[in-house]
Amino acid sequence: MLLRFLAEQDPGELVDGLTALGRGVVYGGAAIGPGIGIGLVVGNAITAMARQPEAAGMVRTTMFLGIAFTEALALFGFVLAFILS
Amino acid sequence: MTAPLGLEFPPISHLIRWPDLLFEDTPYAINKTTIIYFLAVLITLTFFFVAGRRAQLVPRGVQNMAESSVEFVREGIIMQTIGPDGLRYLPFLLTMFFFIFFINIFEIIPLFQFPGNARMAVPFILAILVWFIYNIVGIAKQGPLGYLKSSTIPPGVPKPMLPLIALIEFVSTFLVRPFSLAVRLFANMLAGHLILVTFAVLSAALWGKNISLVILPFPFLLLIALTGFELLVAFLQAFIFTILTAVYIGLSMHPEH
Repeated sequence: MLLRFLAEQDPGELVDGLTALGRGVVYGGAAIGPGIGIGLVVGNAITAMARQPEAAGMVRTTMFLGIAFTEALALFGFVLAFILS
Repeated sequence: MTAPLGLEFPPISHLIRWPDLLFEDTPYAINKTTIIYFLAVLITLTFFFVAGRRAQLVPRGVQNMAESSVEFVREGIIMQTIGPDGLRYLPFLLTMFFFIFFINIFEIIPLFQFPGNARMAVPFILAILVWFIYNIVGIAKQGPLGYLKSSTIPPGVPKPMLPLIALIEFVSTFLVRPFSLAVRLFANMLAGHLILVTFAVLSAALWGKNISLVILPFPFLLLIALTGFELLVAFLQAFIFTILTAVYIGLSMHPEH
């Protein structure tokens, strides 16, 4: 039934719709790993700061570095979602 | 593209392209993005020129701000990543930080409301500049072969894994680094711009409908909150770009043993 419904649609619209779907899947998929990764980075940084408050400045700098490296993957997905057409 | 409920969301090309104001249809055409770049250069120059013109022993006003910003870059970025012998890169990192920050900050300045870094041009050029700098520093410090060895072969890798690891490290050091550096800045600012546009469009669309008066303030309040958040992002992205540059230069100067 789904196939017959798809076959009756205008192919151009179908491609547009599937492209929009693909963009969502690309960005959604690209956001999973970095989301978990940034959570790990920040969580451990907070643990470190709580255990040793005098090292907070150094931990914070390193935390931002870790976030930047982790986040890059999500941003590749973000850019790829726009490049898809 | 029309969406349900009559909400008209502009296509992305309308959000980041501006009409030419001067010298139309030439490579030297001037539009809003170009004006933002010029203004960022001008503000950075004026800030440090005014601050350093009549330097006093007890700093006041602009000089105070400039001195604390220099100290922030020196203590917070260079000493943490390169060490004392990286202080000669202080002018470069400082001006780059402020250049990026002033371009980003136009995202929330009324009448401009567009981060110049949401176009790929400036992040791309800056990333290529950084690529050249850390490679030249590495070659000058360790010699061409030594630099290649220290940047592709991490210490303590078992022999059978060496070709694979060396290939991955080579790609990540020489190809992915500048790309991710540019894309990180560009995509963050583009995403922030899109979020602000989305909530502005939503607020404007609700303004014209009486039925939705109950939920009218919420998108607008969120827009205000997100504007504050984007101020933080503008600062943070300039900081991250600068600190990553410092880290790359530091890795070229002091390879891991």
